[in-house]
Formats: sequence, structure tokens, C-alpha cells
Amino acid sequence: MYLYDEYDQKLVDERVDQYRDQTNRFLAGELSADEFQHLRLRNGLYIQRLAPMLRIAVPYGMLSSKQLRKLAHITRHYDRGYAHFTTRQNVQLNWPKLEEVPDILAELATVEMHAIQTSGNCIRNVTSDQYAGVAPDEIEDSRPWAELIRQWSTFHPEFNWLPRKFKIAVTGAEGDRAAVQVHDIGVRILKVDGQTRFEVLAGGGLGRTPVIAPVIKQNLEPEHLLTYLEAILRVYNRYGRRDNKYKARIKILVRAMTPEVFAEKVEAEWVHLKDGPATLTQAEIDRVKKHFTTPPYEDLEDHVPAVDDLLADNSGFGNWVKQNVKAHRQPGYVSVNLAMKQTGIAPGDVTDEQLEIIADLAEEYSFGEVRVTHEQNVTLADVPKKSLHDLWSKLVDAELASPNLGLLTDIICCPGGDYCSLANAKSIPVAEAIQRKFDDLDYLHDLGDLDINISGCMNACGHHHVGNIGILGVDKKGEEFYQVSIGGSGYEDASLAKILGPSFAQDEIPTVIQKLVDVHLAHRQGEERFIDTYRRLGIDPYKEAVYATWEV
Amino acid sequence: MGSLIKNKTVQADDNLAFLSLEEYLDSGERAQAVWLDADEEVEGIADFLEEIPAIALNFPAFSDGRAYSNAAILRRHYKFSGEIRAIGDVRLDQLEQMVRCGFDAFELAEGQNPEKALAMIEGFSFSYQQTVDREPLFRKRA
Ligand code: HEM
Ligand code: SF4
Repeated sequence: MYLYDEYDQKLVDERVDQYRDQTNRFLAGELSADEFQHLRLRNGLYIQRLAPMLRIAVPYGMLSSKQLRKLAHITRHYDRGYAHFTTRQNVQLNWPKLEEVPDILAELATVEMHAIQTSGNCIRNVTSDQYAGVAPDEIEDSRPWAELIRQWSTFHPEFNWLPRKFKIAVTGAEGDRAAVQVHDIGVRILKVDGQTRFEVLAGGGLGRTPVIAPVIKQNLEPEHLLTYLEAILRVYNRYGRRDNKYKARIKILVRAMTPEVFAEKVEAEWVHLKDGPATLTQAEIDRVKKHFTTPPYEDLEDHVPAVDDLLADNSGFGNWVKQNVKAHRQPGYVSVNLAMKQTGIAPGDVTDEQLEIIADLAEEYSFGEVRVTHEQNVTLADVPKKSLHDLWSKLVDAELASPNLGLLTDIICCPGGDYCSLANAKSIPVAEAIQRKFDDLDYLHDLGDLDINISGCMNACGHHHVGNIGILGVDKKGEEFYQVSIGGSGYEDASLAKILGPSFAQDEIPTVIQKLVDVHLAHRQGEERFIDTYRRLGIDPYKEAVYATWEV
Repeated sequence: MGSLIKNKTVQADDNLAFLSLEEYLDSGERAQAVWLDADEEVEGIADFLEEIPAIALNFPAFSDGRAYSNAAILRRHYKFSGEIRAIGDVRLDQLEQMVRCGFDAFELAEGQNPEKALAMIEGFSFSYQQTVDREPLFRKRA
């Protein structure tokens, strides 16, 4: 993974000093609450219902064992012994003290971490594919490009006060595990006649107005990536709406201008920047790529009888392997997913002890690195297949072996009304009620891949628009209700979910899910996924099944 | 009005008169200082830049970032070499970004401490990206 040199380290250290000074000035009354709010947000510090919340950046989800141990220490020492993995591959603390945040940052800086630009109207942490560098369907490793974008966007002086937050995702694989079509900018890495080229999408997003991003540039040569991004950001910074924060995202601008006109504006701006000093050099591309070389793999057999023979039966191990273990491009290796979705625990939550166990297991089985996924899980990307059973036993002991990756109970869920001051409704208890109802693993495995995404309000932190089943908290005369939609996908076949009909009370939700699943099971052909059956049938059968019984 | 900072020192008000864009365009006299609001584009005065001694760019609120782009375009596209002054809601924590984008004079908002401003104006030791006053860090690393 990327390791800091003296420059990266110095910048992060200087940032700690700068933020400490800002905190001190706020506490001394020299900074107004309004001004400090903007400054602390640029450092990931929200003030929430119960306490501040600190979002720590995990660039494109990569963490080392050393960093995990530091996070464990921080959650224990400065917080309540647990942290939270977010849908943008970051880590969040729920109970830090405002006055202690500078100390937390100083601790983070010792392991090359920070909270820079994890919130606020600036360019946020860049995200990517959790299987980058190991996926069999990879075209090119996206991480060097994500790192180059991270550096370019860090403290960009011109783009620190954008109309609204700005999120960039990069994918370099056939399958899209970075949700590039619902980001402000999505970058797809392709090969054209053997040469690396980028396809750039702009103006996607979720929130109140979900939009699938159009492609605005094809065949971009690698050295021009940063100048092209700069041109997009400049057009957005100048012309994005600032009068209404719900209309301020780039998606609204692209739509208002039309993608064609927007692309022309960017082109016109790019003329001034292209081939200038910000054009990437081969030396810089090579320097960054050197950090993402393959680890020292052993020569291993791909067929491991001890594992392969167990796949057929429905043993705990077999189910876990089938669901949570993914193919790897190196023979004899696999990627292992730890689904952070134990029933009764908020999706994405992890304790300090679990962080340490993950750190140890990563060191023992996966070259000391893990990746956080945008589904709020953790991936050990380089595990020898022959060690799977050992690893599994240890994960079971640590309650990290939920064999439900990608299944109905692997729910993406925002903090909702339990923590978030913007919420219309709670979301964590809804996730839990669903997990409790669907506790039969064989049934879940038979049902196959099904994404349920839950957001507590239309800000869509839980990505409900791109869930196969999306659940949205709504406020109905002061009471918490839930609107259900179906047919969304956040992957390469991205689509936005359609609203089923009138909303439901909280305790009705598990039954609604059951009815939707029943329609699927009654109509699916072979092993068809929920989303594919839905696409074939359309929304009506689901609607009928769900509302028939409610209409008296 | 708050203090004026220029040439990295605190200065007495220089009473430089800036015309609004409308006044400037109406006046017909090109060698005058002009101020632009955040929604006014520098392209509108592009033809006169050689004669304009100073341009002030207004920050209607510190959280409105449009003037940074206006300044960067003046310096980088048009190679404007006169003064670019930040006016309006200009606060300490914005100074370093303003410097990087080509501002070289700062009329601080009321209540902003000018001594502290001088200490903060330099900001970070390096910039990853190309700025008006710095090459991108990767060119230094090579
Ligand atoms: C509890 C405090 C939180 C608050 C107040 C909050 C607030 C918001 C708001 C206001 C938006 C909409 C922005 C817009 O559309 O312009 C948003 C979007 C988003 N939030 Fe949160 N959020 C919180 C926590 C989280 C957490 C914990 C996650 C991850 C699990 C998250 C992930 C996201 C994502 C991915 C989006 C982007 C949706 C899009 O593309 O528009 N948020 N958040
Ligand atoms: S979706 Fe709404 S309720 Fe959930 S975290 Fe985001 S802002 Fe809060």
C-alpha cells in the first residue's frame, strides 16, 4: 500500500498543528461557532445528537495492521471501545470529545492517517474497489490512480469551498464495486489497444435527487487525468448553484446544462490546463505504482481438497466459503470477507478487540493489510486458500464469521435516528428486525444475493436508491414511517429503485420484506437473483403482493 | 473595515478606489481598479487586463469559494500581474488558500487579528497540486 515519504508526513503533521490551533481558537472564543463548524467539518468532525462524531479517512479503504491497532487504541482511549465502518470506506468514531480531537489526530498521524476532507464542501476521500490488485476481472489496479487523485485533491486551495461536497470513485475492473455511476465524478480505467485510458463520468449521486452519471469524456490519456479533473472542478466551483443546498451538487449543474454542454465547458477550461505543469509525469506515475506491487506470493496449488471437498455440504464452513470467499487472480489464493453484520449489532460497527483481532489475522494470513468495503465490511485480500479453515475457526471465535456476505441480512444502513440529527426515523433497529426475522441461513443462501439498503432520511447515506430493496425513513405527522422501493443496483448494472407505494410502520417492515421475497421465490427462474427476477417481471407483482393484504 | 495586508505586512488603508464592474465598463477609462463580485466572471474584463492596476474579488461569505477560481484564472490563464485583493468576508483560515490562488492583498473582515494573519499566511510547506505560486509537489519529488 502507499507509504508516506517525508513530504506526505510533514503535511499531515502540519495539519494536526493547524487543526489544534483552530480548536484552541474556538475554545478561546476567537472563532465563531459558524466559522468553526466549516473548519471542523473539513476535518470530519460533526456535532451530532448525542456527541461529536469523527470521520477518519481511509483512502480507497486500505488499512495496515499497524493502523488497525492504532484505531483500536483510539477507540479504547478516546471513545467507547467501538468504531464504525462507513459506506465510503472510512472509519467513524461516535463519541470523541471535541477538545481531544487534536490529540486523536496526532495519534493518527503517527500511522500515516488523518481526517482531512472527510466532510465539508470539498473533495472527499476517494474510494475504489475493495478487490483492486487481486480481482480476476481487473483491467488495471485502480489504487495508484486513486492515490494520485487523493494527493491532488488534498488541500486543493481552489476547491476547498465548493458549492457542496464532492466525491470521486475509481474502478479498474469489469465489475463495478466502487459505484462510479452514483458519484460526483466516476473514473473507469480501460485498456484501448493495450494502453491505459480513462472514461470519466460526472454528475451522478444519490441524496434527494438520485442520478446515474453520464459519461462526459472518453479515451483520456493517463497523464492528463489530473488536469481534466481540475477543469471539471473549476467549472463546478464557478457555476454550481449556491443558493439552495439541495440543488448544489454537480449532478444538478450537469443536468441543467445538459451533459453535452457541460462537457464542452470542461473541454474549454481544460485547454488552458492541458500539458501545463500539472500534467502527470511518467516518473510520478511510476513512483506511486511502486507502492502497489504484488506481495510475495507463494507458489500454491489452486485445488485444495480440504476446502473444495467441504463446499458441497451445508456445513458452517462450507456456507461461509461459498458466500464470503471470493476468487483471486493468484493461484492458491482467495479474498476473504468479514461481514460486519452480526445480528443485533449496528451494521459496520466493530469493537476495539475485533480491530486488534483483525490486525493480527491480517498479519498472519494476508500480508498485514485489509480493505474496508463500501458495503461496510472488511476484506482480507490475499489469503492462501489452504489456510482458510484455520482462519475461519479464529473468525468464528471473534464473532467475525457471519456467512452472510451479499445476502439479505448483509444490510447497508446509515446511523439513522439513534445518532443522526437529520434523521426522520431510526434505521439500525429496522436492520436488526429484518436480521432477526431472516435467521435461517439455508434459506438465505437459497435466496441468493439480495441487497437491502436503509437510510434514515432522504440524504441517502445508506444508499437506499441503489438497494435491490431500499428502505427510507420518512416523517408522517411526527411519526416514523418507512418508504420501501425495489429494483436498485449500485454495481455495473446500476439502476435506481422504484417506490413501491405508501409507507409502512416500523414493525411492518420485516413482513413487507418477506412478501417481496416470496414473490421472488415464486417467480424466479433457476438461480436467478432478486434483481434479475424483478427486471423481468416489473414492479406490479411485488406491489400486489405487498399491498393486497393491507387493503381492507 | 478590518486591516489591510499587502506585501506580507500590515498596512494603513491605501484608499484605493475600486469601481464596480458596471461602473468600470461604463466609464470607458481602462486604467482603473475594479472589483468583481463572486458571480461576476473575470472573462468580462479580459481585454483590459494590461491596463488594470488592481482587481478586488469579493467574498460575500467566507464559505463562498468562487473568487478562488476567478483569481486562479486571472493569474494562470491571463497572466495578470497587477494586484489581486481579497475583500468581503476574508478570515484568517482562508488566507493560505487565497495566497495559493494568486491573491496578494487582503482586506481582512472586521475583528480578524492582523498579526495572527501574518503568521498564518504561508500555510503548508508544500502543495501537492499546481498552484499559482508553486509547482506541483511531484515535480519537486522527481
Ligand atoms: C450521522 C451523521 C451524518 C450526517 C449528519 C450525514 C449527512 C449527510 C447529508 C446531509 C448527505 C446529503 C448530502 C447531499 O446530498 O448533498 C449525506 C450523504 C451521504 N452520506 Fe451521510 N451523514 C451522516 C453519516 C453518514 C455515515 C455514517 C455514512 C456511512 C455509513 C454516510 C454516508 C453518506 C454517503 C455515502 C452519502 C452520499 C450520498 C450521495 O451521493 O449523495 N453518512 N450525508
Ligand atoms: S441518511 Fe439521513 S439519517 Fe441517515 S445518516 Fe444520513 S443524514 Fe442521517
